[in-house]
This record gives sequence, structure tokens and C-alpha cells, in this order.
Amino acid sequence: MTVEPDPAVATDGTAAPDAPRLVLDAKDLHVYYGEFLAVRNVHLAVPHNEIVAMIGPSGCGKSTVLRCFNRMNELIDDCRVTGEVRYHGVDLYDRQVDAVEVRRRIGMVFQKPNPFPKSIYDNIVFGPRIAGVAKSEFDGIVESSLRKAALWDEVKDRLKSSALGLSGGQQQRLCIARAVASNPDVLLMDEPCSALDPIATGKIEDLMHEIKAEYTIVIVTHNMQQAARVSDRTAFFTVEVNPDSDRRTGVLVEYDDTEKIFSNPSDSRTENYVTGRFG
Amino acid sequence: MALTDHAQVRPALEIGDLAGNRRRRRREGRIRLFFLAAALTSLVISALIVGSLAVEAGRFLVGVDPSALWTTGWFPREGFFDIKTLLVATLIVTSVAMVVAGPIGFATAVYLSEYAGARTRRILKPVLETLAGVPSVVLGFFALTWISPHIVQGIRPAAPLSNLASAGLGVAILTIPLVASVSEDAMSSVPRALREASAGLGARRMTTSLRVVVPAAVSGLVAAAILATSRAIGETMVVLIAGGADQAQFTASPFQPSLTMTAAMASLAGGSDAVVGQGNAYQSLFFVGLLLFLITLGLNIVANRIVRRVRQKY
Repeated sequence: MTVEPDPAVATDGTAAPDAPRLVLDAKDLHVYYGEFLAVRNVHLAVPHNEIVAMIGPSGCGKSTVLRCFNRMNELIDDCRVTGEVRYHGVDLYDRQVDAVEVRRRIGMVFQKPNPFPKSIYDNIVFGPRIAGVAKSEFDGIVESSLRKAALWDEVKDRLKSSALGLSGGQQQRLCIARAVASNPDVLLMDEPCSALDPIATGKIEDLMHEIKAEYTIVIVTHNMQQAARVSDRTAFFTVEVNPDSDRRTGVLVEYDDTEKIFSNPSDSRTENYVTGRFG
Repeated sequence: MALTDHAQVRPALEIGDLAGNRRRRRREGRIRLFFLAAALTSLVISALIVGSLAVEAGRFLVGVDPSALWTTGWFPREGFFDIKTLLVATLIVTSVAMVVAGPIGFATAVYLSEYAGARTRRILKPVLETLAGVPSVVLGFFALTWISPHIVQGIRPAAPLSNLASAGLGVAILTIPLVASVSEDAMSSVPRALREASAGLGARRMTTSLRVVVPAAVSGLVAAAILATSRAIGETMVVLIAGGADQAQFTASPFQPSLTMTAAMASLAGGSDAVVGQGNAYQSLFFVGLLLFLITLGLNIVANRIVRRVRQKY
């Protein structure tokens, strides 16, 4: 698959061949909600055009870490992030960086499909429209985005009807198409299949394999088989409970090639989790 | 095998076993009737009001000299019923009120729902609702003694102290909390997931507010506008005090005193026993009341149509 040229993306060379190999690089990442430390000391590097999976039990902070990558945590009132997250070498948390600009390059797909209560067409062109892309390009963007999300054939005859009339799986693929339409180079997926049935899940996993050539993908998943099936690398997070305050803090236990994590992990906690003996 | 065993343990089922408690079922029926009656009460009251309005208004229209309906002012005791005086005055006051209260109330709602932090909202919302609790008599005098000399006469020094613009601004103050509060409720109930979707695509807060939240909340926003307009049309005290109720000459200028429909009714009813028997004056009250009712009804119907056309369900 080839990357279609799209004027929506600035020509600042983010996807140039000589770009740094690491797309995202988190160092010393701590996330606080108010005074409460939610995630401690995460180091995580995401290489170009790979799929990185983040797994771990509930409350281990994997979604929180994912949301650091496009500064979505800022939408939460008292959330504070320390450390650095470099995106193609630029610190996303530098004071000069505008979160809006970040999110145009780093797209996100959410746990629950969240299409706008608008037509399928208007959902797709939302990103291009707010980025000031010429209207004449919309039709092309809609078709190519829906094709990438493997949804075109199912909806091409009803682009003007409401997106809420689609099934859950179709809605989620629409959300992927919508994210893709803004021509990001990274896709963050926060448990994108948790609200879907196995068939819809299979379609989305196939889709991830297909678009991998064009995008770097970070996916949070509860489903270990999914992580094993789709990802190149896997990060295993767990929860540490402070015995005094009963506060729960997420930590990154191990981050390695997916094959190694699932066959021969270095940490016993990882092994317990991936073999189903989590305790 | 297991099924047959089971059947042997339990005795055969008879219809009476599933009949439940008959007294409870009868009571449930009575309770249903009670709630139905409560729901019907308001319907019956509305019908009675409309009926009484229509009867007296009909008498007025039969008895009135048609030429008296189109003169130069509203002087019911003298037999001048220039209805356009009242309509235009009402229109001016309502327009002034909505032009001011609409944007301010709406902007307040956007701020509260989309920008303000939890703490700010906790403080600001009750303050806003306090403003809604100011008695309209107080606001009427505020409009007359402060708004008129400081604002209206500041713009138009020649304007008399009592004028429609001051009344309109007074009414605006009364309706701002209504617009803000209803709009804010409508916008706050838009799911957070939609805001996240929008932010995730690189939308600024303003873009999210205007392109995602407002369209999704539009039925509530239209409802807010209609409620506020109805309230403005129906507001009596402020216009009676600040609008110059003793001046019932026709005017199309917001800087002149005149009489709105509600003020006309109130000033006439001020001596209601004296009204009776003075030709058609008493009946004219009902005629104006019916007109007021029809306008509000029309407004609601139009609003419902608009809402049905533009609503986005989420």
C-alpha cells in the first residue's frame, strides 16, 4: 500500500525517509491525578511502522500512558504529567507545543465506538474540515479512508445517512477511518475491540495488519491473544499497591518483542500474567 | 432423565399458582388511575383557561367596532383598542430582551459546559440561579432607575425615563439565567465520548463546542430560546414599571414609552371592578390574553418543527 499524498499534513518531514527510527519515546514518565501518582516511571520507545501492544490488568495505567502520547490527559481537570515524551525527537510536553497540533498527527481510536451523530461522510471529513483542507478533496479522502478501514463496500451507497445506523463493528471501523482521514502517522488505539463481537474484532485486527505499513500503532488491549496476534512488541504493565495507603500505581514491568513476552518473559510477573496465573 | 426427576419433585402447576395476589393487582390498577388523573388535571385546566378566554374574547370581537382595533393607541376605557400598539411594543421588548439575553446566556452556557473547571462551575451556577430568583418587581425598578438613565439615556439622551428599551433590558436580565441554565444542561448532557473524539482529531475547544456539542445539543438549545422568548413575552412587572404603562400611544421606537400586551392587561386589571361595565374594556382583557396565548402556542409549534428537523440523536 502506498501513502497517498494529502495536503492536510504539513510538509515538515514527519514521514520523511530520514526521520528518526523512534516515533515515540517516553522517558521517566509519571502521571498524577491531583496528588495521587497513577503511573510511575515509564520508559517506552515505539519504533517506526510497528505495532506496540500494552497489556496488563485493570487499573495498571496502560490507557493513561496511551493518552500521554497525544496529550489527551489534559482534558482531565487535575491530571499532571512529568518526564518527557519525544515524538520524532520533539518533546510533546515542551511549552511551545500545541496539543491540538499533536493530535492532528497522532490519531486516536477509543474503547467505545464514538461516531459523531452526523452522516458517515461528515464523520470522515471532520478532521480534514477543521484542518482547512479544500472541500474539493473531501470525496477522495472519504473514499480512501473508508477503503483503508475496509468499510467502503459496506457503506458507499449510504454515505449521507447517519453513522449511528451502523453496527458496533462498523462504527468502530468508521472511527478508524475518521482518524485515518486526518492523515496522522501514529494511531493510538484504546481497547478498540472491547465492545465488539469476535467477527468484528477479527476484521479490525486484519485491518491493523494492512495499515501497519503506513502507520505506527500503539494499542491497549485486555485481550492477550489479540496482543500476541497483532503486535510486534508488547509492554506489560501491572499495579503496585502501596500497603500503607492502599493507593494503586501502575508500573511498566517489561517491554520486549511480543514473541519473547509470550514465550520467554524475563520477569516472573509477566510470565504469571501471560500464562493466566496472575496473582 | 433430569427433567423427569424434576417433574416428580414438584407438584403439577395450576393457573391459580401464577395468579399472584389479587388485592395487589387491584391496587396497582387504582394507583394507575390516580396518576392518570394527575396527568389529566393540567390538561383540563388548560382547556378551561382557553375556553374562558375564547368565550370572552369572542364577546369582545362581536361587540367591538372594527375601526376601533386600528387607531393610534390602546385606551380601552375610551373605546380605543389599537391592537398593533400592544403587538409592536411586545415585539420591541421581546426583541431587545432576546438580542441581549440570547448571546449572553448562550455564551455563559458554553463557558460553563465546555471551558469552566469543576470548581468554577460549582460557584458560578448557583450565582446564576440566584439571579433568576430576583423578583421581577425589583428588576422593574432597577430598569427604571438605573438601566434607563445610565444605559438607554446614555445611548439616546432624548429618551424619556420610561421606555421600551429599558424594559427590554430588564427583561433580558431576567431571562439570561434561564437561557444559560437550560442551554448548559443541554450541552452538559452531550456524552464526553463525543468531545474526546473531537479533541482526538485535533479540534480546539471552540471547534468542539460549535461543531460537535452545539449540534448534538440543539434541541435543548432551541428549547432554551423558546422558553426564554415565552418568558420575555409573558413578563409583566418589568414592562409595567419601566416601559411606561401610562403611555399607550402607538410607537415603533424602542426609545419611547408604550404598552405591551401583558402591561395592558395588568394596568387594566389594576382596578378590575371598575373595568366591569365600561363598554368592552373588561372583555378586551380576554381578547389580549387569548392573543398572547396563541402567540406562545405558535412559538412552541414552530420550535418543535425546528427541533425535529435539526436534531442529532446521540
